[in-house]
Amino acid sequence: MSTATQSRTAPASLGGSGRDGVTDPTFWQSVWLVGLREISTKLRSKSFLISTGITVLFVIGAVMLPQLLSGIGGPTTVAVVGGTSAAAFEGTDVETVEVADRAAGEELVRSGEADALIVPSDDPTGMTVVALDSAPTDLVQLLSVSPGVELLDPDAVPWALGYFIALAFGIVFYMAALTFGVQIASAVVEEKQTRIVEILLSTVSARALLAGKVLGNSILAIGQVALIAVAALTGLVVTDQQVLLAGVGPGIAWFIVFFVVGFVMLAALYAGTAALVSRAEDVGTATAPVTYLVMIPFFLVIFLFDNEVAMGIMSYVPFTANIAMPMRAFLGTAEWWEPILSLVILAATAMLALWIGERLYRNSLLKTGARVKFTEALKG
Amino acid sequence: MLELTGITKAYGGRRVLDDITFTVGDGRMTGFVGGNGAGKTTTMRIILGVLASDGGAVTLNGTPITAADRRRIGYMPEERGLYPKMKVLEQIVYFGRLHGWNAEGARRNAVELLERLGLEERMDDTLESLSLGNQQRAQIATSLVHRPELLVLDEPFSGLDPIAVQTVQQVLADAAADGAPVLFSSHQLDIVERLCDDLVIIAGGTIRAAGSRDALQTEFGGAVYEIEVGGDIGWLREQAGIHVLDFDGGRARFEADTDAARGAAVARAAAGGDLLRFGREHTTLAQIFTEVIR
Repeated sequence: MSTATQSRTAPASLGGSGRDGVTDPTFWQSVWLVGLREISTKLRSKSFLISTGITVLFVIGAVMLPQLLSGIGGPTTVAVVGGTSAAAFEGTDVETVEVADRAAGEELVRSGEADALIVPSDDPTGMTVVALDSAPTDLVQLLSVSPGVELLDPDAVPWALGYFIALAFGIVFYMAALTFGVQIASAVVEEKQTRIVEILLSTVSARALLAGKVLGNSILAIGQVALIAVAALTGLVVTDQQVLLAGVGPGIAWFIVFFVVGFVMLAALYAGTAALVSRAEDVGTATAPVTYLVMIPFFLVIFLFDNEVAMGIMSYVPFTANIAMPMRAFLGTAEWWEPILSLVILAATAMLALWIGERLYRNSLLKTGARVKFTEALKG
Repeated sequence: MLELTGITKAYGGRRVLDDITFTVGDGRMTGFVGGNGAGKTTTMRIILGVLASDGGAVTLNGTPITAADRRRIGYMPEERGLYPKMKVLEQIVYFGRLHGWNAEGARRNAVELLERLGLEERMDDTLESLSLGNQQRAQIATSLVHRPELLVLDEPFSGLDPIAVQTVQQVLADAAADGAPVLFSSHQLDIVERLCDDLVIIAGGTIRAAGSRDALQTEFGGAVYEIEVGGDIGWLREQAGIHVLDFDGGRARFEADTDAARGAAVARAAAGGDLLRFGREHTTLAQIFTEVIR
């Protein structure tokens, strides 16, 4: 390296040793450069990687744990006297052990080698189940005769599952929007606080800067949500819960589409409001209105998810629509055109948010010191 | 040639720039001098397009300046700043790329500059781990990484250690020698006086004086003369039409009512046979500045 330096006689001066390798960057090239810096900075942040890792592990755990727990202790072992009803257990994971008489069987149950003992009796079913200290419900169910059941609406989602999905959509949207929204807000203020924004603005337009920030953080947010989704799906597949998958598919697809549009809308608002202040301490206050726009929809959807009228309205109102419309698509209560209409409304709102965000951002960036008034920044 | 014509700017009804007109010639080091709040930073921001002016025009070589032209300006704002947690080389390369350089070219330029500024050992350290002086050097590298063809530097010397001051002076001189217009502001009038070819003096949002340093020195230099003779010059105080400001043995500083009175005094000193020195007193920039903004 030193020889290269010495051989260069001309000073590192202006326009001197050639300008090859330089072109006028287009708007999108600038946007991409800004976005790329956001992404690479974040991906090298230990706290970001660790919190993402913990979230993924938590999701995998939440999905897999119930299945794993139920499997603890291995297959059920049943002692049987005289071949009683061994046929009932065919195709199940119940193991049967033939014992000579009731006494030998009770011995096995007491020692824990068998979970239950079945002996012939005068009972209408022709048998009695002997267990140690509690009735083995699973076993009894296997041995019981149940009437046939026909569901008139077999595709309807059970209440508990609906609640679970509402909660999952809500939490994922809420967490991602808050994490990356706050991320954008603090990045904006950092650039203001460190004054770097003036050098940036002398090179790229405020619009490109804002677009790059929104783009970079949107990619990160969507990436994180996708990672969580993959973790959840993998968990479901590994633990043989595919049944759940089929029903959730369309809901997830709509959720992602709504997430992308909704996130861009919130990101623009976060950047715009954050630009009003110049100190990191003031970010929270400045962005509070946007934070409410994330939190309130979350709680509304959680509390009202089984109220069809409320959900119907919320699925068209931007902010709540991000969660409510994918929910309705999932629950099958939305007509095919409803998500599309809602998406159009959301996209229009997002455009408006981008317009407002860009104005606030552009008009406040160089005003350091006191907080810039919202109306003043909007006017320019 | 960078040219500003009739630039005006008002904030909420208060006019901060009024009819700003001056030129920065190719290869001319132009010092931009004014008190705090005189409008230097606002003017520079308007040149860079960071702020929009209310009226007037900024032209480069006769045509209105474009965004592409502005990307070829090396700009150092008064309020410095870089990303504290980003590595030095990486962020300088980032700025090179924002200016349109490809990754390879930006890296080559950045390494070259950092070596020149004596920062090659610290290239992979984060900015916040550097001393203030070295952070300033990184800042300089940031303004130059794209090989600008025009320099606009707001207070480039403030906060620099003496060695860095010399480096920056050299950088500016090289730029001007290469034919680039260079505009820089400074509170350190002695540095400006030493470096600049041209001067622009601003006060209260208006240009009070602009032109070459020599011309301004002639124009605004007070009519103070210095004289030195071998013997005693006490007689000068009685000379008609001469006001001695101070004297010490054979040396004196004086003002003259008329050119004739001055001529007579010099003739008398010469007649004494031991006139050692006579001349107009050197006018410092500080004196011009005080005179102009009065």
